[in-house]
Amino acid sequence: MAIKDLFGTSSTRRRVLASGHVVPDAARCVQCGICSYNCPIEIDVRAHVWRGEAIVHSQCLTCGECVARCPRGVLRFERTDLFAGKAG
Amino acid sequence: MKYVIIGTGVAGIAAIEAIRSVDTAGEITVVGDDPHGFYSRPGLAYYLTGEVPDKQLFPQMAEEFRKLRFHYIKGHVTRILPAASRVDLQDGSSVTYGRLLLAIGASATPLTVPGAQLPGVVKLDHLDDARQILKFARRGKTAVVVGGGITALELTEAFVARGVKVHYLLRGDRYWSNVLDAQESRIIENRLREEGVQLHFHAEVIEVQGQNSVKSVRLLDGRVLRCDMVAYAIGIQPRLGLAREAGLAVDRGVLVNQFLESSVPGIYAAGDVAQVYDPVAGRSVLDSLWGPARDQGYTAGLNMAGRIKAYHKSVPFNVTRLAGLTTTIIGAVGHGRDDDLVGIARGDSETWRELPHAMIAQSGEVNRLRLLIGERTLVGAIVMGDQKLSMPLEKMIGNGADVSSIRDQLLAPGALIAEIVSTYWLEWSRQHA
Repeated sequence: MAIKDLFGTSSTRRRVLASGHVVPDAARCVQCGICSYNCPIEIDVRAHVWRGEAIVHSQCLTCGECVARCPRGVLRFERTDLFAGKAG
Repeated sequence: MKYVIIGTGVAGIAAIEAIRSVDTAGEITVVGDDPHGFYSRPGLAYYLTGEVPDKQLFPQMAEEFRKLRFHYIKGHVTRILPAASRVDLQDGSSVTYGRLLLAIGASATPLTVPGAQLPGVVKLDHLDDARQILKFARRGKTAVVVGGGITALELTEAFVARGVKVHYLLRGDRYWSNVLDAQESRIIENRLREEGVQLHFHAEVIEVQGQNSVKSVRLLDGRVLRCDMVAYAIGIQPRLGLAREAGLAVDRGVLVNQFLESSVPGIYAAGDVAQVYDPVAGRSVLDSLWGPARDQGYTAGLNMAGRIKAYHKSVPFNVTRLAGLTTTIIGAVGHGRDDDLVGIARGDSETWRELPHAMIAQSGEVNRLRLLIGERTLVGAIVMGDQKLSMPLEKMIGNGADVSSIRDQLLAPGALIAEIVSTYWLEWSRQHA
């Protein structure tokens, strides 16, 4: 695998959106709440991060608002293992 | 058991969670003098820029807090009486304890020049300070910002976002010289200039002038700068008064052992107020970082509830946005003093000052990666701009990954260190999955 593929391109992001969720790097978070504030369906993203949990929520659109708005790079998309074989 | 926690910051909240995870029956009382209780203090920076409203800084976890079953007293503790196991409050009441946690944080080091008491001279400790800054920013046209480190820059960015012209004064010859190297300082300074900030080096305020409001500041070299407000962030001081009076051993913070217990049995300290013994360094160090405050509070809570656990200081780590550029600072980054800061700053760790064996860097347009290399391991890193490597570096530095196989490659002249690290990370993370 080339290095550029490792860190995500637009095509890998599309695959992620189809079969992934938002995961936190909780150590970077200071609970400012910008993620929850910008979630269009009002998921309390921050509370998930406080508990160190991925944003696994039946209504999450994986729209990426929280990922983009976080000022500290806490959130990222990650593919779920369930589809890893097909999406890879 | 009766637990009393003084302070409503993140260390105090984490301690409550830890106590409840062990002791479901004990009585927990929290006493705090911040009129707003628990909210995200680091988030104040984003409230100031307008990215988030103030009410959003409060966590929406009411139900979870209820489950923790603690009694909250909004009040000010005036003294701790260890002999009586009691704390006295300003309103004349008192609370007895079996275990006590001091988690009262630190306050901004005051500006002491003549005129510093004028309305319009502001610092950033609490939500009320932030609200006051915004009030002045709505009326004012020009601000002077004094100090180094993260908070001074957050204040600068707040004024820029609110359309206030900023004179940013630095006593030294570059920004945040005890953490950043010269090139990194220049990157930030250039970005500030692009935002319209006027930087003044070797500039020291000796007087704030005005009758009932700020009109100008006078500098040591005789210059006078007209302004409507002055914001300062020249360092922080752990709030030591209570501990000193109670006879706890203090140095620059409240001295605590690996179990976060002070010199007086049954009294613990965590967060910005604590100076924690680090067995690896062989000395007690101050961290004024949010993550370690939470970890320390949690560990203190466990120990208070009888589950003995040593605190293991993780690699000091902070993410911040400097002039719009996301910057991650990990481990030892190897610089010494800073003329713009008195002691430690908010979001700072003393461990960052340790010197590595070697230092290498790679820069792009707005990206920069600097690695600090020990004999066999990476001991620190600064990642500015593109953050793809920050998580891998955090993991490799935190786990003491042996990089001796790539050390020569990294140190070769003109080495593409980002690519070397990326390639090594692929291999390392596969082995350590």
